[in-house]
Amino acid sequence: MKISMIVNGQSHAIELTDEYTPLLWVIRDILGLKGTKFGCGKAACGACTLHVDGEAVRSCSYPVKFAEGKQITTIEGLGNAENPHPVQQAWIEEIVPQCGYCQPGFMMATAALLNKIPNPTDEDIDNNIINVCRCGTYYRMRKAIHKAADKQNAINEINEPTKA
Amino acid sequence: MAGFVLASIYKPIETAYTSTPVNEQENRQNTDVAFHKMMDVLTHPRCLNCHPSDNVPKQGEDSHPHHFDIARGESHKGFEATKCATCHQSENNPYSSAPGSPHWSLAPHSMRWQGLDRFEIAKSMMDTERNGGRSPEEIKKHLTEDDLVLWAWEPGTNIKGEPRELPPVSKKEFISAVEAWFESGHTIPSK
Repeated sequence: MKISMIVNGQSHAIELTDEYTPLLWVIRDILGLKGTKFGCGKAACGACTLHVDGEAVRSCSYPVKFAEGKQITTIEGLGNAENPHPVQQAWIEEIVPQCGYCQPGFMMATAALLNKIPNPTDEDIDNNIINVCRCGTYYRMRKAIHKAADKQNAINEINEPTKA
Repeated sequence: MAGFVLASIYKPIETAYTSTPVNEQENRQNTDVAFHKMMDVLTHPRCLNCHPSDNVPKQGEDSHPHHFDIARGESHKGFEATKCATCHQSENNPYSSAPGSPHWSLAPHSMRWQGLDRFEIAKSMMDTERNGGRSPEEIKKHLTEDDLVLWAWEPGTNIKGEPRELPPVSKKEFISAVEAWFESGHTIPSK
């Protein structure tokens, strides 16, 4: 079978024999985008979080057949070193990561949250950011999420002043 | 003399019972059997786990709270960015064991069943104030045709790779019992 999808703005047509292959394996092993991490393989920890048509999903538990025709965004597509996404910039400024392994999943979950709730409260963060960090960087993440919201809102105000 | 004494102390036992024609008795018995068969399913964790009395979905045969503080959210499908569909797709995942079905979600809070007995659940299910304004015909359709209800008989495997427990009545028997109960007037027997 052939699956067509757009990953970080690039079209891909991928030949696979198993339509239940996790999207995570396609992203990492076929497309070579190693930023998205394997954690638990059970849709529990969130290390594999990426966006499918703008919605956060756990890619270890997302059969690739459901990605047909969809827009996929990974941590590499969120931003880069020259032009980081507000979430990535806030993560850098708050020095959030310790070991760093789970952080791409957290950043993708946060980016999805800010697209839905531009000014999340602590309760919104508790409800929506439920990934697992073995290093326990949650306190710094919370600060970074609020900072990322401020950064993104400032950018939106410049780009769309009438909506602000 | 003895006959006179007996006659004078005899009083009929007061009772509300009135004899029922045999056919009617049989019908009532059949209705009650259908009711209990239906409720054997509706009181199983496969159903109750998604009809919580709080805002927390339940998991497993022991109906423990869903891991990671997952809660209902306003839509009954989780929160704005972390929804049921973040992890649950439209079908069971054979690799991660995440269960899935179309419109995976909690029943609204008005349809809370956990903690109720089978008679109270049936009353709740038939009460338009609590069942989302559904008619008996719509409830029957939900029970016999809804993908999420029928998922109970295809629940996939748990996180250990073991098959999840099925309801105690087969799907075919359940559907027959539901149809029989509704067609006979959906009377809820007394406790």
